[in-house]
Amino acid sequence: MSTSAQPTQPTPPAANGTAALEVRGVTKSFGVLNVLRGIDLTLRQGEVLGLVGDNGAGKSTLVKILSGFHQPDGGEILVGGDRVSFSSVESARSQGIETVYQDLALIPQLPVYQNLFLGHEITTLGPIRLLNKREMRKLARQYLDDINVHVPSVDADAELLSGGQRQAIAVARSVRAARKILLLDEPLAAMGARESRLIIDLVKDLATSGRVSIIVIDHNYAHLFELCDRLNVMQGGRITINQQVNETSLEELTELMVSSYRRQIEEVQNAGA
Amino acid sequence: MASPPGQQRDSEGVSVGRRVVRAFLYQRELTPIVITVLLFVYFTIKAGSTFTGTLSLSSAAGYAGPIGAIAVGEVMLLVLAEIDLSAGQVFLFSPWMMYWMHNDGLPLIVAILIALLACCAVGAINGLITVRLNVPSFVTTLATNFILYGIVLVYSNDAEASPIPLSGQTSFISQLMGSWKWAEILWVVAITIVLTIVLNRTRFGVRVIATGGNLTGAAEAGVPIRRVKVWCFVLCSFVAGLVGIVDAVKYGSLDPGNFGVDYILYAVGACVIGGTALTGGRGTVVGALIGAILIGVLEDGLTLTGVSTNQFFIWVGVVIIIAMALNVQFDRIIARSRSR
Repeated sequence: MSTSAQPTQPTPPAANGTAALEVRGVTKSFGVLNVLRGIDLTLRQGEVLGLVGDNGAGKSTLVKILSGFHQPDGGEILVGGDRVSFSSVESARSQGIETVYQDLALIPQLPVYQNLFLGHEITTLGPIRLLNKREMRKLARQYLDDINVHVPSVDADAELLSGGQRQAIAVARSVRAARKILLLDEPLAAMGARESRLIIDLVKDLATSGRVSIIVIDHNYAHLFELCDRLNVMQGGRITINQQVNETSLEELTELMVSSYRRQIEEVQNAGA
Repeated sequence: MASPPGQQRDSEGVSVGRRVVRAFLYQRELTPIVITVLLFVYFTIKAGSTFTGTLSLSSAAGYAGPIGAIAVGEVMLLVLAEIDLSAGQVFLFSPWMMYWMHNDGLPLIVAILIALLACCAVGAINGLITVRLNVPSFVTTLATNFILYGIVLVYSNDAEASPIPLSGQTSFISQLMGSWKWAEILWVVAITIVLTIVLNRTRFGVRVIATGGNLTGAAEAGVPIRRVKVWCFVLCSFVAGLVGIVDAVKYGSLDPGNFGVDYILYAVGACVIGGTALTGGRGTVVGALIGAILIGVLEDGLTLTGVSTNQFFIWVGVVIIIAMALNVQFDRIIARSRSR
């Protein structure tokens, strides 16, 4: 673990009470590529935490570890104070963690309502459990109405939808299913203004309800400042900056990031010299 | 509701026409059904009661049965964007297994169960090699096909086997297991119904479509993609093995020289004719059965109308190409109507 970056960087603060999620020293390599070099991160109860950083900083890898898709090489993860290890997406999900991925986990050939219930299908009772399509259609219609997502029909295959509509369904699915923690990996990528607004409102509503804690990755600082309570900056597989949104500004954050980069470059040069 | 009668008729006229077009676009089984019916009418006109007689129809069913049995299981794999080339050989291997076990003195029911278990094991091996060792299923199952063929040749000493247990008896169980001339095709119809429900009405079916439609997406949504694939290989082998026993009871003897690839190619053809693309995410079990029946009617009809049976192969090829081309064109039309 690097100590050279520590003095000037605020370490993640200790949680008041039990944190919804705590990550301690998590590392992950793919072959020779050390993508995560010791991640420390705390997500408080009911908080929205923004994760920013360049492409390749390891944000998506971190999210895939927290969602059980990848397994970490080292470090530990605590959910609600209990140490957990996720062997699969299913096991993370059983802990109440839902994820919306960058690459949209919709199935083009399945209708909207089946996509909305993918992994949470409603089945009929009895020994042979058949899909309760009528109930799923009804609930899907209701829910999409409630959150103002408009689709031609819940029976339309997902491939018939626009990119924005697809994104909205993917987010809606996880927002609906999330019990403790929601992970959003660039939920606003490739979305129009109206659709972005919709997703932001959806996430804000969920955050206000306080039942779910949220981590969101995005490149748009305006969105992040609106959505998040706190921002963490990832650089080179570490979290280098940790700022409360109401105690900082975009200018200050940018300045911190630039100086952090400068320091990293100097480190590399010193190491080389 | 309050609109004048004339207007109502007009709008109905339009919507009926549109509805027919839509039905053909979205229900891919309809086109092969229409073609089968047309073939049926054509052969009836050409050959009359010779074609519509029981003997002729049961021989059409005899052609369609094995192809259908293998095709309906194969659809599950095609939906996954996988393929099982060994299913035809499993169809042939299963009754040999039953025969050997029974000859070794095991009770018939036990012999059948062991044969079916062996088929499931072949499916599981196909699946596990494919998902664990990342060998393309085309290659995995091509290899299993040869291995099973070799096993049959070696252990049969290259000699035909007969009599087959149950075969040619009048007991209910014998009739059910294949001696009755309609038993095999009815087994296939029953399996088609079950697999249709599995694919379209169960959580497992959703997982199959999801895995075939968007592998990464399905995995991220928590679908156990590997397990789903392995189970589909098992299912396909099981169905082929089950009907393979029925087929052997029906004919009463086993020929070790029969090669499974002959069967599997017809079966994949039947899937394509029925409207299943090989791209994954979509497929119809009913369509596969109809494709098999179409091939059966074609073979039977051409034989009866005195056309050289060798022409049959030309027609099968033509039908497969037409079916696939239609499917692709239908997809295009849907895509275009979408973008409008």
